[in-house]
Amino acid sequence: MGHSYEESKKIATKTIIILAIITIAEVFFALTGKGYVIPGFHMPHWLIGGVMIVMSIVKAYLIIYEFMHMKYEVPALVKTVLVPTLLLVWAIIAFTAEGSYWQNNRARAKNLTSAATHMDGDHK
Amino acid sequence: MASETAALHGENTNPSWSGGTEPFKISYGKLMMWYFLLSDAFTFAGFLIAYGALRFSMPSWPVPDFVFSSLPGGIHHKPLIFVTIMTFVLLASSFTMVRAVQEGQKNNKNGVVKWMLLTIVGGLMFLGCQAWEWTTLMGAEHMTIKTNPFGTHTEAGVYLEDGHDVKKGDTFHAGQSYLIHQHDGHFQHLSYKVTEGPDAGKTKQLEFGPKAFGALFFFITGFHGFHVLSGVVFLLIICLNSASGLYEKRNNKYEMVEKIGLYWHFVDLVWVFVFLLFYLL
Repeated sequence: MGHSYEESKKIATKTIIILAIITIAEVFFALTGKGYVIPGFHMPHWLIGGVMIVMSIVKAYLIIYEFMHMKYEVPALVKTVLVPTLLLVWAIIAFTAEGSYWQNNRARAKNLTSAATHMDGDHK
Repeated sequence: MASETAALHGENTNPSWSGGTEPFKISYGKLMMWYFLLSDAFTFAGFLIAYGALRFSMPSWPVPDFVFSSLPGGIHHKPLIFVTIMTFVLLASSFTMVRAVQEGQKNNKNGVVKWMLLTIVGGLMFLGCQAWEWTTLMGAEHMTIKTNPFGTHTEAGVYLEDGHDVKKGDTFHAGQSYLIHQHDGHFQHLSYKVTEGPDAGKTKQLEFGPKAFGALFFFITGFHGFHVLSGVVFLLIICLNSASGLYEKRNNKYEMVEKIGLYWHFVDLVWVFVFLLFYLL
């Protein structure tokens, strides 16, 4: 593991402080974006979501690479673990998009039905 | 013997293929812990995929700042504060776990036991917080895996009757959340008049929010909580074994502590994403 005891102790302390700061920043940003901190101030939803996702990925990196020592494993092992995990992240994003597609489809079906009932009414 | 066989078949004599080496330069136990965690990540991803797909297929979804805004001691309307405390408890316990592993590298038995005990305390505190959160949601707000009394308005309107925390004549706008309170064991679906949009002027009643919300919440946080609980049990066993000197005898720098450490950090890692999807977005 290449580091002396004192060095690894320092790295661990530094990592936990960074993780704590990111968490506080996340919550503060979420609350500010949704208008809880400054009255009347809102941020667009995509911006809040984007910043949150990036910050969470940084946190995940720190936990996996520093706390779980992935940094010190051989590249082949890193790949066998991280490639499937990244595919899972892609699946989550893809199914989220699929979800919005279902919603749009339902809304369209509903509009078509109500349009059809209106036309029925006109004929009578 | 190995070289003889290789020579017989006319193959190369690469020692990697004669056994006894570790291609990934990691012990068998630790490698298998990594692959167990990978398989566990698949299970959690299954849950999170269901969450993402269902949430975005609904026209409205309960706003987390509204749902998770209570603290112990009767404090309400403080969004995200309690879950942030839970996140910090879990992060702190991850740090104490790192310290336990480092003491193990130094073969310091007392250090390992001390930091592992602190990790166990952190795990138990997290479970306590989660128990309180679930009790509030089920006991006071009557959310179950089948009923979700939390909803979000999709159109602006005005209430036509008095409720638990609203009065007749109170107005609301689209995107605002509500909770259907129980009165004498029955949900009170307050009636309201729509003031904007194509349905303006119509009288409607508050409806339950998306049913999937309750089921997803209890199953995902429950599955995570179950991981924390089993982690605490394993930590306790390994802590006792360390204290009894079992790992000292094995003379492998407390590898067992390292393995449970990997598991514990994984539980923390999953919480990062549960926190993101359920509470922040």
